[in-house]
Amino acid sequence: MANFLAKQLFLFDPLSLFFLVVICIVSLPSAVYSFGYLKGEYSSKKIIVAWFLLFAFVLTMALVVSVRNAFAFLVAWEIMSLVSYFFVVFDSKHDKSIQAGLIYIVMTHAGTAFLTAAFLIMHKYAHSFDFFAIRNACQVMPAQIKNIIFLLLLIGFGTKAGIVPMHIWLPYAHPQAPSHISSIMSGVMIKTAIYGIIRFVIFILGVSSSWWGQLVLVLAAATCFAGIIYALMEGNDIKRLLAYSSVENIGIILLGVGLAMFFISMGLPYLAVFSLIAGLYHLINHAIFKGLLFLCAGSVYKATGTRDIEKLGGLIKKMPQTAVYFLIGAMAISALPPLNGFVSEWLTLQAFFLGALNAAGGAKLFLVICAAMLALTGGLAAACFVKAFGITFLALPRSHYVVNAKEVSLSMRAGMLFLSALTVIFGLAAVLVIKILTKVAAAATGIDTNSMSFQLNNFILNPQSAKSIYLSVPLIALVLVVLGIVSFAVYNLCRKKTQVSQTWGCGYYRLGPRNEYTATAFSKPFRIAFSFFLLPYRKTQKIRETFYHVKSFSYETHTTSVFKKYIYLPVIAWIFKSAKFMRKIQPGSIHLYLSYIFLTAFLLIMFMNKF
Amino acid sequence: MAKIFTVLLQLIFFILAAPFLSGFIAKIKNNLRMRKGAGIFQPYYNLAKLFSKAEVVSETASWIFRASPFAVIASTLAAACLIPVFIFSAPMHMMGDFLALIFIFALGRFFMALAALDAGSPFGGMGSSREMFISSLVEPALCLVVFAVALQFGSTDISVIGGMGAVPVSSVVAAIALLLIIIAETSRLPVDNQETHLELTMIHEAMILEYSGRSLALIELASYIKQMVWFFLLARLVFPIGLAGFISLAQGAGWILWYLARIAVIAVIVALIEVAAAKMRLFRAADFLGFAFVLGVIAVVCAILGV
Repeated sequence: MANFLAKQLFLFDPLSLFFLVVICIVSLPSAVYSFGYLKGEYSSKKIIVAWFLLFAFVLTMALVVSVRNAFAFLVAWEIMSLVSYFFVVFDSKHDKSIQAGLIYIVMTHAGTAFLTAAFLIMHKYAHSFDFFAIRNACQVMPAQIKNIIFLLLLIGFGTKAGIVPMHIWLPYAHPQAPSHISSIMSGVMIKTAIYGIIRFVIFILGVSSSWWGQLVLVLAAATCFAGIIYALMEGNDIKRLLAYSSVENIGIILLGVGLAMFFISMGLPYLAVFSLIAGLYHLINHAIFKGLLFLCAGSVYKATGTRDIEKLGGLIKKMPQTAVYFLIGAMAISALPPLNGFVSEWLTLQAFFLGALNAAGGAKLFLVICAAMLALTGGLAAACFVKAFGITFLALPRSHYVVNAKEVSLSMRAGMLFLSALTVIFGLAAVLVIKILTKVAAAATGIDTNSMSFQLNNFILNPQSAKSIYLSVPLIALVLVVLGIVSFAVYNLCRKKTQVSQTWGCGYYRLGPRNEYTATAFSKPFRIAFSFFLLPYRKTQKIRETFYHVKSFSYETHTTSVFKKYIYLPVIAWIFKSAKFMRKIQPGSIHLYLSYIFLTAFLLIMFMNKF
Repeated sequence: MAKIFTVLLQLIFFILAAPFLSGFIAKIKNNLRMRKGAGIFQPYYNLAKLFSKAEVVSETASWIFRASPFAVIASTLAAACLIPVFIFSAPMHMMGDFLALIFIFALGRFFMALAALDAGSPFGGMGSSREMFISSLVEPALCLVVFAVALQFGSTDISVIGGMGAVPVSSVVAAIALLLIIIAETSRLPVDNQETHLELTMIHEAMILEYSGRSLALIELASYIKQMVWFFLLARLVFPIGLAGFISLAQGAGWILWYLARIAVIAVIVALIEVAAAKMRLFRAADFLGFAFVLGVIAVVCAILGV
């Protein structure tokens, strides 16, 4: 029986195993963290519920990535969505949670509907839900049908992953869940959608036309940009900022995956494997550092009781350890060497470069422009996390929330420490990780990678370009550390006294928290430069006592979501309009309903008669 | 061992020569403006003075503020290791490529921007926000420059950039784009102004406003070195390398002179631009870097066409 299950229901190829590792790597520290986090935050009954849901959540995610049957996949997928819904509405006393839960459940079911349609079409051709049966059937499937299935899968999985414009639920739902769950949702759950894309599009369906990859690349580049620019604008809620940043990182992962699809269709297997490695590397990296950042944000919330970074500040003195962990996470996500985010972003850029070098004609320029988008995103991400760390942890406390903040409990710090260590390890051990990922990419694409080599000794190397390209993360780390130590020694050689004094304020001697730069002010240049996309709204009002004396000044600004304004609100308005129309044929009159029944029966008889 | 020696030699060269380059540019600017100005060695005097002075640290600042100068100087010097100066390939070229160089610079900038926020002064925040704004716009243009050059020479390794003979068109266009980027990155007019301490216009200077003494010296030194790193990269792009190896001592000496003369030419161009240009509004800088981006696209197209 067990053997039968293992053979018929489960599939543990390198791709599945990789995703299982990703799930474990984030869920484990999050679970440890939740010991301290849940205590005092919720009642003991609710804590039991939270633990139960956590296990159910992790288990269903594990099922999603390890079943070998499309039907079982769909069932696991649906349970995973439902369990995470319960987490979104876990703080049910907040109106926001209920609203976020509603948006989440509607979007996720819309996505599942597309997946169901895709699986049913597949089943029509394969007469089976088994992955390998479908895979064989896909070899002989007409191209048109393949295109339709691809689009359905892309929309379905894209909704869960948070590709624009389907990302709309993500910044609502992720912040509302308890922080250890936010970390799993952002770190792992949305990655199951990437698993779906790799498993179903690349592995089962097989990439057949080059526009698939191009479409994914365009969407991914748009996702990167939209995600990070909204993250940058977000100042009120640190977890929302992180959720938007997840949208960006999903974009970066999809750039790798899309490139792989593009290269498969172009017949460049080496580059396809290389790009997929870059995408998968960023996937596990994002799981690690976003998990870490959400845990840190949860610690800040636990210690201060607010997620509004405009009210925080100076936390580095109150919570020195959390600050260090957050700093490491922020550095990793800003792709700073020698941490892990740097390696995967470098790999993705290299994949673009090698693609541009080896592709033909217009594709070269297309790939280079995509790479430039990625570079812009990288720059904005660094700005975003300077803001997130700087405003939250540095300078003076901006409100009373910070005054009583204390460092969080040991179990919470342990969770954060574990993930911080992983960001360093995954940066320094890049060569080892790439070696493992090569096997994963080989399993996913079905390309023989035995003859491919992506590294030599301790250096990453690309034999595909005419001349070798080197990157050695340990060497960079070593050089940075040595130079840092030497400069510190030189600094200490000239022994001059250091005195502590007030911050210089142009002759104003009472600089306080009110004089500090705020998150909104920090993002202002971006708001103006990207106003074509952000559509900022700004209102200032002066309340005067007399003409000469302004008593108070109010300033209000927010940005408009173009996706909400131009896509979702019209759709919602249309749904309401059609519902109003439908109401006309349901006026509550029993006679009319009886005539409907009669009419239906009549039509059915006509219909049956015909066949 | 010889390798470590070369690296050390190069780092010492950068540390010793970089302030001179800044003094040189300042001197040209002063001469063009019919001013007498400070001597060409003024940056050395400034550094010596700063190293011998007591330091004042803000009471609101945390360890980030104290540690940032080391992060800045370490990352800048690490980037300097990646540049081929007197030998044909960089002494540490197996450490990383052109793309890695950008990321390494980003490390220093990240800490600088954090340190600027740390003291709690509004100027610091202003500088930090503007610096990150400018740098995020620099990034895509710089990426295009790297790609254009790398497509032309087949690798992102800095050591392969540049050739013996004629310089390709794509490199020239990329070099113009890179010049605009360098102006923004080294906080020169028309994007930023190194000479002013007028609160509302400064970017880089606003970030380091709270620094004094030895920490300021380290940061200033890092800025000088960063500028020199960029100049060497630009020189590599736009001028032919010249000589394949040392045939005779006189030839070698002539080659070193030629090598330094190229840096001097770039310095003169940068000084001329600074004298001729007026400071732009911050949001006009977006247009300025947008122009660099467009030039980058043209360079890439040229590289794809193989010219």
